[in-house]
Amino acid sequence: MTQAVATHEQYEADFRKLQEARSADPDWLKELRNTAFAHFQEIGFPVARKGNEQWKYTDVRKLAAETFPYDTGAAAGVDAAQLFPFDDGMARVAFVNGRFSQELSTPLPDGLVAMSLAQAYAEHGEDVQRHLARHAAYADEGFTALNTAFLADGAFVLAEGVVQTPLHVVYVTTERVVTHPRTLIVGRPTSELSIVESYVSATGGAHFTNAVTEVALEEGAQVTHRHLLVESREAYHIANTRVHQSRDSVYRSLVYEAGGGLVRNDLTVLLDAEGAEAYLKGLYVTCGKQHVDNNINIDHAKPHGYSRLYYKGILDEQSRAVFGGLVMVRPGADKTDAHQEDKNLILSREAEIDSKPALEIYADDVKAGHGATAGAIADEALFYMQSRGIDPERAMLFLVRGFVSEILDSVTIEPLRNWLEERTTQALPRFREVA
Amino acid sequence: MADLLLEVRDLHVAVAENEILKGVDLAVSKGEVHAIMGPNGSGKSTLANVVAGKPGYTITAGDVLYSGESILKMLPHERARAGIFLALQYPVELPGVRNREFLRAALDALRESRGEDKLGVREFNKFMEAKAEELGLEPAMMKRNVNEGFSGGEKKRNEILQLVVLDPTLALLDETDSGLDIDALKIVAEGVNRFRGPEKAIVLVTHYQRILDYITPDFVHVLIDGRIVRSGGRELALELEKRGYDWLREEAQTGAAQTA
Ligand SMILES: Nc1ncnc2c1ncn2[C@@H]1O[C@H](COP(=O)(O)OP(=O)(O)O)[C@@H](O)[C@H]1O
Ligand SMILES: [Mg+2]
Repeated sequence: MTQAVATHEQYEADFRKLQEARSADPDWLKELRNTAFAHFQEIGFPVARKGNEQWKYTDVRKLAAETFPYDTGAAAGVDAAQLFPFDDGMARVAFVNGRFSQELSTPLPDGLVAMSLAQAYAEHGEDVQRHLARHAAYADEGFTALNTAFLADGAFVLAEGVVQTPLHVVYVTTERVVTHPRTLIVGRPTSELSIVESYVSATGGAHFTNAVTEVALEEGAQVTHRHLLVESREAYHIANTRVHQSRDSVYRSLVYEAGGGLVRNDLTVLLDAEGAEAYLKGLYVTCGKQHVDNNINIDHAKPHGYSRLYYKGILDEQSRAVFGGLVMVRPGADKTDAHQEDKNLILSREAEIDSKPALEIYADDVKAGHGATAGAIADEALFYMQSRGIDPERAMLFLVRGFVSEILDSVTIEPLRNWLEERTTQALPRFREVA
Repeated sequence: MADLLLEVRDLHVAVAENEILKGVDLAVSKGEVHAIMGPNGSGKSTLANVVAGKPGYTITAGDVLYSGESILKMLPHERARAGIFLALQYPVELPGVRNREFLRAALDALRESRGEDKLGVREFNKFMEAKAEELGLEPAMMKRNVNEGFSGGEKKRNEILQLVVLDPTLALLDETDSGLDIDALKIVAEGVNRFRGPEKAIVLVTHYQRILDYITPDFVHVLIDGRIVRSGGRELALELEKRGYDWLREEAQTGAAQTA
């Protein structure tokens, strides 16, 4: 028996157990899980091989060959103040090892519904059914199929009006387990919400997070979504975020990655009605043997859409990052205005980036552009700072902070911005002594 | 010689395989202002950069002494902490690094190396804003990224702001006058003159003698093709203004031919 077979059998056993344990769930949900698991059994994990452009640079064989315990029960003793001090002043919905944690969650502001999905099946069945698994297709996506097969708990967020207080949805992992976090965010017409979705580890060891997030923006809704992947350097993190935009909706995203051993982040934004706007920013910071792959798709399906993508990466040591960006302008999506850019700062000769932004345009009167750069810190800049008495390590630190400021300055929540700035340099061993 | 500060001895410098400085001697004492003049490409910036420790040059022979000790093995920031300052001919843009933070980090580093306490934020801001105002720099410029989107003149004035805030002992000013209109030139010259003093030394690299109308040098040296071909007083600069560099170039060539 090969290891891959063993892991599949483990998933199957866990799946059966889950279906039994949750036999009281609505039928549609149990069926959904069944269908999704059948898809997973059929297609398995994606393979990095020729012809599979989507997974060309990211090899998940090691992940596919490992088994992780599932649903080991809620862990106590999670130190919120230490793990995510940036959420001071935010409302919080927390999950530990995949389970909703009442203890770590806080009361919510007016106009906001946020709860465990398990509870939402009963209380917001209509919204849940309308959106859950409708945006994140699982038929051709092994990881998403697996997540959907294990759909039990997760976060349901519904913004009904203008919500002033930011919401933090946090998934904490404390031990060597697999979790399938599921988040559904719905923005009612003209609602406004600022949400931080974060993944943190309370262990330095390995675990596997297989997350799927769906965001549905109804007419004129605005969501600012900050997605933080800051897990242990041994963790496997697979993320798939699907955003559906209705007319005149605005989606603002920041993807922040400074953690995880193997990270694959898919983000697809479908501008499915006129006048939708999407602003996507990203920052990935890698070192050691980390591998971080961002695969971002902006799908302009209707006219008068506007999108801006700006990702930056800092790579150190032997790390590797991949940026695959596709802006698709579909037939009829006339007068689309789209731009994407990926810039990388390479601090080590051994680090490597594959950056491939691409455009596919099938409409008329479209403004579109893209660019990718990768380079080292400019010697001229280093010398200039040194010539003023600043030592080289500190000079580097300044230049790195300068590099990320273009991305992080857009974070208007001050404690969060400060934490991200700090985390960015602390994530790189060369700066630990300097700051 | 009293209080010899900088001594360049038979300095030979190459970039890749090209020899750029071909035996330069220069002695600068505290209290003095030396002007280094010469046509484009003669090696003026190379000389200033090598003294400041810019990487990329190979010293093939000779030495540079500062306060009596060779500094060739010192890193740029160590030289800065020893009191050497270079105003760059082409000040570098530092994306995302605010002018004020940059200057403060530099001052902190220098003060720390001298065993002095760091200035408090308010104290520093007051001090720096006063200096900026003297140089006609808007306070808003201190919040902008270093040199990013600055005009040529603003960049040069910003270099002089760093000079007066960091207050080194030896100032190397590389074509700080170029690209300045007459009003800006006067402001910059006033800044340099305020810095000037018995404990300070200035090496003023310039292509034109114009700035010397405002900053009177004690010595003028002419650098042509990697060699100092003539040294003199203030009057040498005026002669160069009238006659250009060609006569010296020709003299240097015949001189070189004769020695050969
Ligand atoms: N980094 C470099 N690489 C190649 N050539 C250089 C470099 N720096 C200077 N040079 C050459 O050295 C000579 C002197 O340059 P420079 O010192 O800048 O002269 P100046 O400041 O007097 O105009 C020029 O011919 C220039 O092209
Ligand atoms: Mg020059």
